[in-house]
Formats: sequence, C-alpha cells, structure tokens
Amino acid sequence: MWNTLTISDLAARLGRREVSAREALQACLDRIDQVDGRLHAFLSLDRADALAQADEADARRARGESADQPLLGIPIALKDILAVRGQPLGCASKILHGFISPYDATVVEKLKAAGAVVFGRVNMDEFAMGSSTENSAFGRTGNPWDLDRIPGGSSGGSAAAVAADECLAALGSDTGGSIRQPAALCGCVGLKPTYGLVSRYGLVAFASSLDQIGPFTRSVRDAALVLHAISGHDPRDSTSLPEPAIDCAAAIHGDLRGIKLGLPREYRIEGIDPEVKSAVDAAVRQLESLGAEILEVSLPHTQYAVATYYIIATAEASANLARYDGVRYGLRIDGDDPIEMYARTRGAGFGPEVKRRIILGTYVLSSGYYDAYYLRAQKVRTLIRQDFLRAFEQVDALVTPTTPTAAFRAGEKVDNPLQMYLCDIFTIPCNLAGICGLSLPCGFTREPRLPIGLQILGPPMGERTLFKVAHAYEQATSWHRQKPPIQ
Amino acid sequence: MEYEVVIGLETHVQLRTRSKMWCGCANEFGAPPNANVCPVCLGLPGVLPVANEEALRLTVLTGFLLHCAVPELAKFDRKNYFYPDMPKNYQITQYDRPSTANGWVEFETGGGRARVRIARAHLEEDVGKNFHYDRYSGVDFNRAGVPLLEIVTEPDLRSAEMVYDYLNALKDILRQGGISDCDMEKGMVRCDVNVSIRPAGASELGRKVEIKNMNSFSGVRKALEYEYARQVEVLCGGGQLAQETRRWDDAAEITESMRTKEQAHDYRYFPEPDLMPFAPTDAWLGEVQARVIELPLARKERLMRQYGLPAADAETLAGDAALGAFFEGIAPRAKQPRILANWVINNLRARLAETSTSIQAVKFPPAAMLELLELVDTGRISGRIAQEVFAEMFATGDAPEHIVARKGLVQVSDAAALEPLCDAAIAAHPRTVADYRAGKTAALNFLKGQVMKLSHGKANPNLVGEMLQRKLQ
Repeated sequence: MWNTLTISDLAARLGRREVSAREALQACLDRIDQVDGRLHAFLSLDRADALAQADEADARRARGESADQPLLGIPIALKDILAVRGQPLGCASKILHGFISPYDATVVEKLKAAGAVVFGRVNMDEFAMGSSTENSAFGRTGNPWDLDRIPGGSSGGSAAAVAADECLAALGSDTGGSIRQPAALCGCVGLKPTYGLVSRYGLVAFASSLDQIGPFTRSVRDAALVLHAISGHDPRDSTSLPEPAIDCAAAIHGDLRGIKLGLPREYRIEGIDPEVKSAVDAAVRQLESLGAEILEVSLPHTQYAVATYYIIATAEASANLARYDGVRYGLRIDGDDPIEMYARTRGAGFGPEVKRRIILGTYVLSSGYYDAYYLRAQKVRTLIRQDFLRAFEQVDALVTPTTPTAAFRAGEKVDNPLQMYLCDIFTIPCNLAGICGLSLPCGFTREPRLPIGLQILGPPMGERTLFKVAHAYEQATSWHRQKPPIQ
Repeated sequence: MEYEVVIGLETHVQLRTRSKMWCGCANEFGAPPNANVCPVCLGLPGVLPVANEEALRLTVLTGFLLHCAVPELAKFDRKNYFYPDMPKNYQITQYDRPSTANGWVEFETGGGRARVRIARAHLEEDVGKNFHYDRYSGVDFNRAGVPLLEIVTEPDLRSAEMVYDYLNALKDILRQGGISDCDMEKGMVRCDVNVSIRPAGASELGRKVEIKNMNSFSGVRKALEYEYARQVEVLCGGGQLAQETRRWDDAAEITESMRTKEQAHDYRYFPEPDLMPFAPTDAWLGEVQARVIELPLARKERLMRQYGLPAADAETLAGDAALGAFFEGIAPRAKQPRILANWVINNLRARLAETSTSIQAVKFPPAAMLELLELVDTGRISGRIAQEVFAEMFATGDAPEHIVARKGLVQVSDAAALEPLCDAAIAAHPRTVADYRAGKTAALNFLKGQVMKLSHGKANPNLVGEMLQRKLQ
C-alpha cells in the first residue's frame, strides 16, 4: 500500500530502502488498474516511461544522489494541460488530437531534475474551463467519495487521482479555483501559489494573467515539498517573479499564537450549504483555540469578482485559443479556403463551454464594447486587489469556505452555466488579486459523506503563513487521514 | 480643379538582431523552410514570449535617430486576426503605448529640404510566409517572430517623388544606425501608404485610401502616381472616393480594391498578459544614447563645411558610412581633402566595387593614400602614374614609395632627358605641328600625349607642355 502514503512517509521509506521507487510506482499502477476504470481520472498513461523514470530514481539513489531530494522516486501525476516532452498534450480537447509535446514545461523539468516520477495525463475540463470536469471531451471523472458526483474542476482528475491514492501528488492549474475547488470536493490539499511564483512555461494558457500551476497532495507538508521543487524564477516566463524557489517546510511548526486571521464579511452569503458553514465555523474555532486571533475584515468589491473574472478570463482565452486552427498541429478538418477550414476545425474540435467562452471573450474585446467591459473589468480587478492588500494590513491570512457546497451530482448543473460559475465564488477573487490560496479538508457532510474544504488566503508571497496556519490546523484534526470508499 | 495629394506612410523594417523577438531562433534570411523555428515561434500550446532586449534597444535607438520622445512606459498588445502565416493568430505589437513617438525626419527633396513628422515607431513581430502550390499551400515560419519596427509618419508627404526621397533617406538612417540592413530584396523593408487628395489649398483631408503590397521604393512611387491620377479622375468625373484598402498589382501597375471600411477588421487589441510593461531606466537609455550616430544629412553638410567638398562627393561619403569613415580617418592630415575625396570615391570605391571587396579588407593602411597624394603633390610622380601606383597598392598592399622605386616610376623632370623625346614627337607628326601653328592650340595636347607615351608615362607633363610650346614658337 505504498501508494496510500504521504510524500514525506514514502520518501522516508525510500530513504531507508524499505521500498524502491519502482515498487512504489507499481503500487500506484496497480491501484489505477483497480479503480480507474470506474473513477476515470487518467486520460492516458505511459507505463514504460514511468517505470524507466522509477528505475532511474532508484539508480540515482544507489549512486548516493539522494541528499536533499525529497521527491526522488515519488510518483506525481500531471493534469493534461502541462507539456511533457514526448507525451500527448491534449487539454482534454478533441482539437489537440494527436499532439505530442516536443518540450517539457518548466515545472516538469524541475520535477524531473528533482527525481520525481512524472507520469500520466489526468482528466480536466477542456482547456481548464469548468468546475466539474464534465467538460472533458473524453468523459467525466468521478468523485472518489461518490462516483455519481463530480470531483470539481477544472483539475478534477488531479484531485480524484490524489484522493483515490492513484499517485502521491498531482499538479493542476488554477485560473479561478481550479485547484482549490476540486481539492475541497475530493478531500485533499490544493495550493494556488502567488501569481508569478511558479513558471507558466509549458502550461497551456487559458487566461494568462490568472493561470497558476500548483500541487494536489494528501498533506500540507507534502504541498510545501512540491511547491519548493516547482517554484522560483524562470527566464522563459516574463511574468515570473524574481524570487528563488520557496521552502515553506521550515515555516511548518508551532501553534498560531500571534497570527491574525480575517473572516471576510462579504463571504457570508446566502446559498452556502449549512453543513459547509458549520464545518467552516468549527474550523475557525479550532484555529482560535490554536492561538490565532480572529477578526472580521471587509472585501467590499467581492460581489463584482465573478463578473470581472468572466470578462478578463474569457477575453484572454479568446486570443489564447486562437492558435488551434488546424494549420500546424492537432485536429484539421479541411475546407475550400482557410476560413472554412478554421470554422470546421474549431467547430468540431471545441466543446460547447469552450465555444461559449471564446464567443464571450471575443465580444467583450470588440470595438465599441472594450471600454464598457474589458477596460472596466481591469479597473474593478485593481479594486479587488486593493481590497485584499488592505485586509492583509490588518491580518496575516483570511479564512473562508473553499466552495459554497460539497460535490454535486454529475449532470446537475450542466445546463446552467451561471450556476456552475458560482461554484467558484470564493476562489475567483484570489486569482484576480494575484495572491495565494490553499484549500485543505475541514470536515464532511453527513449524508452522503462528502469532504468539505477550508480555504486560507494569504498576501502575495505569503505562502509561508498559509502553510503554517494550514499545518497547525491539519495536525489538530484528522480529516486529512480519511480515505474515500472507492475500492 | 487642381488637386493636392496628401500621403502618410507606414514602413515596416526588420531589425538587425541575432535572434528573433521572443525566442532564441536565428534571425536569418535564406535558411531552408522552417529551419529556424522552435516551440515559441511556432506558437505551440503552452509557450511564452520573452522580449529580445536588443530589439527594444534598436527601437529606442531609432527613436533617438528620428528625434522622437521615449515614453516612460511602453507595453505590448495583442492584435487579433486569423491568417495561416500567424502562428498564434494574434500578433504581438504595441498599440497605445509605443516604445517611441513624436519625432521627425529631415531629408533633401525637390532641390530643397523637407521635414516629415514621425507619429510613432513601434515594435512588433513579423509573421511567416505562405507558399501556394497546385493542390495545397505551405507556410515557412522562419520569418515568424522576427522583430519588426513599424515607423508611422504623419500625413506630411505631398508627392510620389517626396515619398521616394523620404524612403531613401530613412533607409540610409536605419542602415547607418545599425537598426536594419534594409535589404528590399530580402523583404526587410515593406511599406503601406495612406493617400488622399483634396482641392489645392483646402485644409480638410479627403477620403483616405490605404495601398498595400508594394515591394520596392519605385513600386511605391509608381503606385502613388497611379493612385493620384485615379483619384483625380474619379473626382473630376463627379464620382465619390471610398475609404478603402487597395492592393498594388506590380505587374499590371494598377491598384485594385481589397476591402472597404465596412469590411475592415476589428483587431480587438488588448494588453499582452504574457509580457510586463517596459520602463527603461536612465542607465539603459544612456547606453542606447551612446549608440546614436551622426545622421547622413548632417554628415554631408559637415563634410562640405569642414573639408570643402562638393555636395555630390559629400553626399557619397555621407551615404556610405564605411567609405566616409575611411575618408575621415585621414582627411584631417590631407593637404587637399577635396582631392583625397576624389581619390577615395573615384579610385578606391570603384576598385572595391570591381573586386567586390569590403573596405575592411583593403590591404594598404589608409595613410598610404596620403603618401600617394604626397608623391603627386611634390611632383615625384605624375597623376597618371599615381593611378598605376594605386592599382598596385590595392593589389598588393605595398607602400607607394616602394612601388615607385621598384618599378622605376619616378617622374622625369630632367630637361636633358625630355628634349630628345619632344623633338622626336615633333618630327613624327608634322601635320599636328602645322595645325598647332595654324592656331589649333588643342593640338599641343596630342603632342604632349605622344611624349608621355615615349616616356612610358614618367615625363613631368607640365614640363613637357612648356618645352613643346617653346620649341613650336
């Protein structure tokens, strides 16, 4: 059962030679064989390549190259939006049919250098557009706690794979909550780092000014280990911060005395599930008992966040997705002229949600509408960022529910995009502000038993505080040790 | 009615950088199709642009050369349109915050000087190139992502000829400034023109027509001449001009409508989220400032003033930076800079061209030119022998003194040696002698030439002239 451990546990056992990287990976592969037919987290899997990486990790360890390499031999799955040289890169879309990446994303390069076994392509909403992984062109992923329910999205495959013990960790991407929301709904830890802390080179762009790569893990410490490996300045990403890799493991200690935590007044909305609310309230009391001081704060422009997000994100997406035209790679459906080829290719290649967002984004950038939509949204975005920066003058971090409800049933919101968009109401402002956020388990609904997530938001480069708070809470509770019923 | 033409230009120039605008691929002409490509310039999923700093420097340097202001902040934007030669289906350009704006270019035209205002010079990326075959098309992306500078004038140009002169002046500035090689044949310079006509003396502008697809400066001139005539004809015939974009057909020498205002693209510009705005520091600007050169026109004037050169020679030297530098390297030590300029232009430049040699490869040191002129000046060799010595210098790099000594080319000024030669020439050409005596003074030159021939060019021509004159009196 090596696949069920945390990274820290497995790394210790690998270090003591109780287990080899190959055996650990094999345990993951066996688990995938056992459950993934029903769960459907993996879109594809190159077993031979994964095993070769595991063998190489074992060889490195045998050569004594394991010092300060906590990820050496650790199996980590990747969302189908990250480029891996020689592997398919599909974004769960038909339009990238047959595309094999000729290069590694910076995060993949870094994980490989750290000796991690980077394997699999896990499911997602097409081009990361969605909150349920139902927008994948290759079928939905189940929630390990209830296969009839959604795992969240867009990084639903990553969350499900980690929660179901198919891998030790996974990477996802978060544009408006796509890491934190599925982490909450599947009961694992998910981190959206500060914008610019992790290089976006090799992350297929959805909304460039909002996208950020982050880890899914089964413990707070594990998330810190992965973040340390993937963060740091990258000259290939001009929006990358001039910061070295961040090591938050050292910040993980002690109680929360002297820490001030804020509860945003505006996040106390109607429509929040009573069980979610009571779990979060209990978590706040727990944090207080750990020594944190709890204050109410105000983020006055919160109500505009979702609208602002859907203007900026779709505007950027409309340009980012223009390159999928059938000319150079991926799907091509010929036509009598280029325009017809574009129309046929894109018509057949993109799913309805992606089309909806491209149309919306094209509209808000159109001549005559730009000022009213895009420009105005940018101004509101600045106000939202200022709200957070002002709040962080008063408190070290903010505590909120990650989602208003626990996982819903597959199909429940497919026909109501607005309802679907509201799933991300608590996670979206963080991306607009460029700050960091983490979700971790804070309880369960009673019937059915579904995980509930607690979101902690920190200031730009405030990851250490996030990890300190999250770890203290995690150590005081046992939610993260609960395993889903899938067998 | 008389109509005046009003023209504005958008000139695209490929920058002279080693690598492309956003990636490390070579910025190189003539490579096999798709040899200089990578995930970034092919627009593969997941890639990001990183700005080429030399391109940013060359843009600001252009700004300095064109007397533009350099704003505190420049940024990049996305210009959205679909075309198969565009890897991302958006072009990264500078929309409302160009790197440099509000300048002017001064140049000579129509026998005087003109100044054209520059609205802006902004940086963008070039696109690939489509090739069409029988049943399919191909795209070469070698050019995609090459840094491209777009220099936009105000509507200050008033004739096709003026446009032609402006373009040549601009080309000289950019070439000499090291901004671009401006090789038209390699597509390094492309330009679109905006042209309208209005009754002479009117202040309001007429309907603007944009013309694209001219691939030479003379093509631009022809297109404008054609377009002016066409517009005048339409208006004189009582017709109306449409605001439209027209294409120049170089073979047919006509313009034809491409699209009207109603069909114009909506480019949906918005700030490029993958690049940070660029705010140059004083130190950075200082480094660029240090690369500013003397402009060709200013240099021409200075050469005329400082060395007393005729306008044509000054222009030649100002227009060829390397030749000009060669000249200026030794001119301060020349007794007669005018004559030196003559030699540099008529001998050195001609030889360089004949032998396709670059000036850096010249075998003799520049000061040897001065030594050569000194030999002529002191009468040690004749001007004609000097030509021969120069040819030898150019071929071998030998010092002029050596050549003269080695080949025994010292001018003969010894009357005793020249007497018999003059007598021989007179004796051999009685008819010429008769002509001379009959008043045809030009006949003397023929006799003089004969003496020079007999002396194998070494005779002192002035002395020979005097001697012949005396003998024939």
